[in-house]
Amino acid sequence: MAHERDALITGIGIASCLGSGIDAHWAALNDFSPVLDTDSFPPFAVHPLAPLDLDQQIPKRGDQRQMEGWQRLGVFTAGLALESAGVKGNTDLLSRMGMIVAAGGGERDCAVDEAILSGYRKAPDPGAYLNEHLLGDLRPTLFLAQLSNLLAGNISIVHGVTGSSRTFMGEEASGADAVRIACARIAARQVDIMLVGGSYNAHRPDFLLLIEMGKLLRRAPFDPVWARQASGGGIILGSLGCFLVIESRAHAAARGAAPYARIAAVRTDRCRRRPGEATANARAQLETMAGQYDPATTAVISGATGAPAATLEEKSFLSDLGLPVRASVTAFGSAAEPQVPASLALAALSIRKGLLFPPLEAAEQTMTAPPKQVLVTSWGHWRGEALALVTEA
Amino acid sequence: MPADTDHLGRPVVVVTGMGVLTSLGQGQADNWKALSNGISGIRRISRFPTEGLRTTIAGTVDFVSVPEPSAPALSERLAELVIDEAVAEAAIGRPGDFPGPLFLALPPVELEWTQRFELAAASGANEAVTYDDLIRAAHNGSFDRYYSRFLFASVGEALADRFGTKGSPVATSTACASGGTAIQLGVEAIRRGETDAALVVGTDSSVNPESLVRFSLLGALSTRNNPPSSASRPFSKDREGFVMAEGAGALVLESLASARARGAKVLGVVEGCGEVADGFHRTRSSPDGKPIIACIRNALADAGLVPDDIDYINAHGTGTPENDKMEWIGVSAVFGERAGSVPLSSNKSMIGHTLTAAGAVEAIFTLLTIRSGLLPPTINYDVPDPALPADCVPNVARPASVRHAISNSFGFGGQNVCVVLGSGE
Repeated sequence: MAHERDALITGIGIASCLGSGIDAHWAALNDFSPVLDTDSFPPFAVHPLAPLDLDQQIPKRGDQRQMEGWQRLGVFTAGLALESAGVKGNTDLLSRMGMIVAAGGGERDCAVDEAILSGYRKAPDPGAYLNEHLLGDLRPTLFLAQLSNLLAGNISIVHGVTGSSRTFMGEEASGADAVRIACARIAARQVDIMLVGGSYNAHRPDFLLLIEMGKLLRRAPFDPVWARQASGGGIILGSLGCFLVIESRAHAAARGAAPYARIAAVRTDRCRRRPGEATANARAQLETMAGQYDPATTAVISGATGAPAATLEEKSFLSDLGLPVRASVTAFGSAAEPQVPASLALAALSIRKGLLFPPLEAAEQTMTAPPKQVLVTSWGHWRGEALALVTEA
Repeated sequence: MPADTDHLGRPVVVVTGMGVLTSLGQGQADNWKALSNGISGIRRISRFPTEGLRTTIAGTVDFVSVPEPSAPALSERLAELVIDEAVAEAAIGRPGDFPGPLFLALPPVELEWTQRFELAAASGANEAVTYDDLIRAAHNGSFDRYYSRFLFASVGEALADRFGTKGSPVATSTACASGGTAIQLGVEAIRRGETDAALVVGTDSSVNPESLVRFSLLGALSTRNNPPSSASRPFSKDREGFVMAEGAGALVLESLASARARGAKVLGVVEGCGEVADGFHRTRSSPDGKPIIACIRNALADAGLVPDDIDYINAHGTGTPENDKMEWIGVSAVFGERAGSVPLSSNKSMIGHTLTAAGAVEAIFTLLTIRSGLLPPTINYDVPDPALPADCVPNVARPASVRHAISNSFGFGGQNVCVVLGSGE
């Protein structure tokens, strides 16, 4: 039953290895071949970001220079989302628009890091050496590229979104909670229109280091995520930016916006990841959607990361559901914070197009009927389980 | 007895437990005693060598230690201590079973130099050390504990494990406004009826060489190292920057109806929250002060109050030339002719700038101000600034009756949050 406080997706901005914008993504997903960079970080691969025409969304070169890669990607895709929703440049509306950004940390100056690491042990006074080089070698403005909330800050500056600005942190779960709280605020009339999303630059050795401290990076062969599990699984990171404009049905109708889809439910939870606990969370989440969820016309966009334990458990949970599944990580890599917004974008596109894109690997089944609903899963590579239900608007 | 719903028909949100820890000590009692007496917690940094640094002081918490120190490990420990105090005061739930979600203001997390040096040593690289070497060392060695420690989810997950908060813990960063944002998230969740209670925490323990240098390179820090207690001088004409500090604050928020039903003591009311982002500049406020003005006005409107209702302003008051000037522009626009006579003091003059934690810590101090009827001073107020004719409660605490107060938080990235707190009477 349509309700005026339903949360509708009315704008999508996305950029990844598959290209920039929803049309490029839809085309690439319907004629899929993996885009991998195996040269930059051997023996690992990353899904590289497609070239972006930054000037389109960040017209001032000074703004571009003030940001690092993750921020440029985020501000760019936020602009695409606003454009797609037809609200870009609408100063009055943007000053009322709320924003939740899911963010990690920004780029480091890896050359400075490596120089300090190389010199430190030989320094007569290592403490003084570290201080001298941090003070002398770090670019003063780099800090502003590293602070998690400065993606949101740059979106306020470049696009004028200023109604509210909150940044959530915590890998995949932060993206899920960002969407959940945005929808809850809309339902409760705390806000009418929100910009929600995040960005992740995988072309960063510090991120590879973090994941490899958990011994989770995949080595060749770089199979799709389900096939990968037969040989130990593992994570292939990908650069990804995705923002959604989410607004109340009443607000969308009043301005004549055409929605892609409706976010009917978002559930997030956590556990310690003892065997079976994540599955129990997912089952309980699905249970709360009884009455809304109709398996007859439903597909799944999974955010399975490739991390073996969680991915195998999710695979088993999904096979019990028996629905056609597409793993978004096979398409553009594992990307933490923007993973859930991007999976929601693929879900919304599939519903709007009346077509689930073809299987990305042999383990995924075809779906010929138009999907009326899509379940979106996100089990973080370490913690956090989320389930969302996207339906026709 | 006040009504369970507010002027807009929403559940009234009250505070039933508080915990606080700063460089002045652990717990409400010790902190309030020091604040009332105008004592500074700023000291010389002893945690790491400060040779060559321009700023060598901070409001470090040196009386709490953890096995493998890092900003997330220390921030987590401080959070545990303040949550213990807050939950005990609220007498809510059972040990390890808090009946609501966690909203956590947390500094951004990343691997630190201690761990990088450890990885570099483990890599066996003799001359030039590269990230390839560190990644190889990570693969060959045992660094699993750093993987989970340096994920952004780590602190929230550990606190959720320990205190049994419900659902996915939400960790937020809006720079120096984070604590205010966490309160706002908790208030909104209760107003939506999602929960009867929420645990709101702000914590920050990131005084380490690189964090200090980053702020120093932006010219944000005071370099008045001698004596350390004189460095933080909000609103004084000779202010020159803020002093980094550590601390944590926890608040148990509850709907008034829920607090009443279980017979909990109400410590104060979160009457309203306001927020406006500033799109002017990455570190500077819009020169006309419009976002700050709108933020305070939004908070008052949310609370159903007018400027005349406000008896005290807990200032953001960092002691940077820019912040204090812009804050005064905002306050003077909102309060008009009354601006100079509404007491406005900065806790940061004594505890320094607890950054991510500041909004939570200072909301607690604001509630203690209301409850005690004593305005904490702005110390080091030696040279009045004619451009800022505020009553900053100079140097000595002063009794006053406060029914409604606001607590301001402003941060890099155009973050502005204002929280309205009341006695509930």
